[in-house]
Amino acid sequence: MSNYIPKIQPKRGQLFDSLFILVLVYVSLYIPLFLESDTASVEETAIVQSHSWESLGVSTVEQEQWQKLGYDEQAAAEIINDKFDYTIDPLMLIITALVIIGYFFFMLRVSKAQYREVIAEKFGDSSRETKQ
Amino acid sequence: MTATSTTAENTQRISMLKVLNPFHVWALGVGIVLVGEFMGWNFSVAKGGAYGALIACWVIGLLYSCVAMIDSEVTSTVAAAGGQYTQAKHIIGPLMAFNVGLYLVMAYTMLEAADALIVGDLMSAVAAATGYEGLSPQPFVVLTIAFLAWLNYRGVFMTLTLNFVITLFAFMAIIALFVGTDPLNPGSVLKHSDLLTELPYGWIGVVAALQFGMWYYLGIEGTCQAAEEVRSAGRAIPLGTIGGILTLLVAATLTWYISTGLMPWQYLGQATTPLYDAASIIGNPSLQVVLFIGTMFAAIASANGCINDAARAWFSMGRDRYMPTWFGAIHPHYRTPFRSIIFLIPIAVSFAFTGLLDQVITFSILSGLLGYTFMSINMIKFRKMWPLDVIKRGYIHPFHPIPALVLLGLCSVVYFATFLGYGASLLSIMAFYIVASVWFVMRRYQFVKRGDQFTMPWPRPKGY
Repeated sequence: MSNYIPKIQPKRGQLFDSLFILVLVYVSLYIPLFLESDTASVEETAIVQSHSWESLGVSTVEQEQWQKLGYDEQAAAEIINDKFDYTIDPLMLIITALVIIGYFFFMLRVSKAQYREVIAEKFGDSSRETKQ
Repeated sequence: MTATSTTAENTQRISMLKVLNPFHVWALGVGIVLVGEFMGWNFSVAKGGAYGALIACWVIGLLYSCVAMIDSEVTSTVAAAGGQYTQAKHIIGPLMAFNVGLYLVMAYTMLEAADALIVGDLMSAVAAATGYEGLSPQPFVVLTIAFLAWLNYRGVFMTLTLNFVITLFAFMAIIALFVGTDPLNPGSVLKHSDLLTELPYGWIGVVAALQFGMWYYLGIEGTCQAAEEVRSAGRAIPLGTIGGILTLLVAATLTWYISTGLMPWQYLGQATTPLYDAASIIGNPSLQVVLFIGTMFAAIASANGCINDAARAWFSMGRDRYMPTWFGAIHPHYRTPFRSIIFLIPIAVSFAFTGLLDQVITFSILSGLLGYTFMSINMIKFRKMWPLDVIKRGYIHPFHPIPALVLLGLCSVVYFATFLGYGASLLSIMAFYIVASVWFVMRRYQFVKRGDQFTMPWPRPKGY
């Protein structure tokens, strides 16, 4: 088979391709901002006005360490009451799993076809080669 | 000493200098990662509590041990710049290689941006503490990236020698802090019995913690990028990489032990500089200074290593025409991929200034994770296509295929962990790689010379 002769890309095309991939990165960085809030953190007791170490369930040793870090009970309460919510949306989980599996499946399939071209050009047609 | 070109067509090509030894490889890998011990790992405490973070530390440690074993075998055999990108090109195919190249560039450039932000924030904090409130961190971000890029431009030997010195200092700072906590007398300084609690979110929190558990080790695989510049790839890469992962396992365990013995888990889970805070609680001013410098050095070493690795991955893609060929040039005097180094400076700065640190870090972690998924597939194919008796390897990792299968399984769990906290970002980043893949197939692949993608002196692969 004859070797593939690639096109020579002009400078303008090279610049365009470099910018294209950059724009793509920025778009993907900003997309989550336009989607539903990503952070699963919820403040459960934001309305509560005042806290004591006892009401926060903090032991004496923990209280000492909070104070060494410069926190009083009000400041500590904001952190202590900030909880994560790990509720799973099954539909989104299935979609995400399919996207990741589909991505790898597509990539491996296309790569295999491209790799056959590389090997054929490098080593020649396998049907005419003697077994190694 | 200069390396010679490998193909007949490339006899005029200037190649990179082979000047590095195992210590430089260690400095590159550990240098990129160690900042994760000074900050970042502790978000796993917020996700799953202190014990959840410890389980994450060891489970992700297992993941990275598999990465180090696989990397050591494949890189000691495919000794070329580009690391995993070059491996993908030789073992799986061009589209996979293009994606792996992008994983590397994105993971390192975004990590570099986060590192530079840390340096800027630390400088602002120092200014505030000394009476100069309101100093902007942004000039320090630009200066850090510009200075390190200049260093990288001038030569890899000086770059990684500096990394060795500052990384060693940062590691010793963790040891000094450990000694300063009087570990032989539990309860005197470290108060684990009073501060450790049960799992606050149960086992789902432990799974969620795995995402940030990656901060303990993220980037150790970067040692492969030095493959074309080490004097002996078969010796230096396995020694540097496996020595690096052992160092990180020790550092990660000490970091967890010190921090959880001094701070309530809720505070630790949101702390910006947990090790520095640990030194502050102990009340030893000398330790505070050492930890401040250690934190700064760790961030600088990480940014330095990231510039080195991102530039080499980008350069390799340019050299193979996966990206514009203009980037595939080596400086005639310094023998560094200078155009790639310069090109990535404004990009890293712009990432740092987006104000989207969460997304930038998630992009970096997920790109790394995609790369590890590739490694497991790559290892299985590598042994199948070139069995042990067919080509000579610099290092042969034991227990194959267990590390590859364990790695694949753990990657799947970390995808789930990322979904729990950053589901929308995960889909958005996957969309980026899918669109980029289609773009490569439809547009870039026409510029790629097929036969040139295979440069190793190996026999025809089995099955092809």
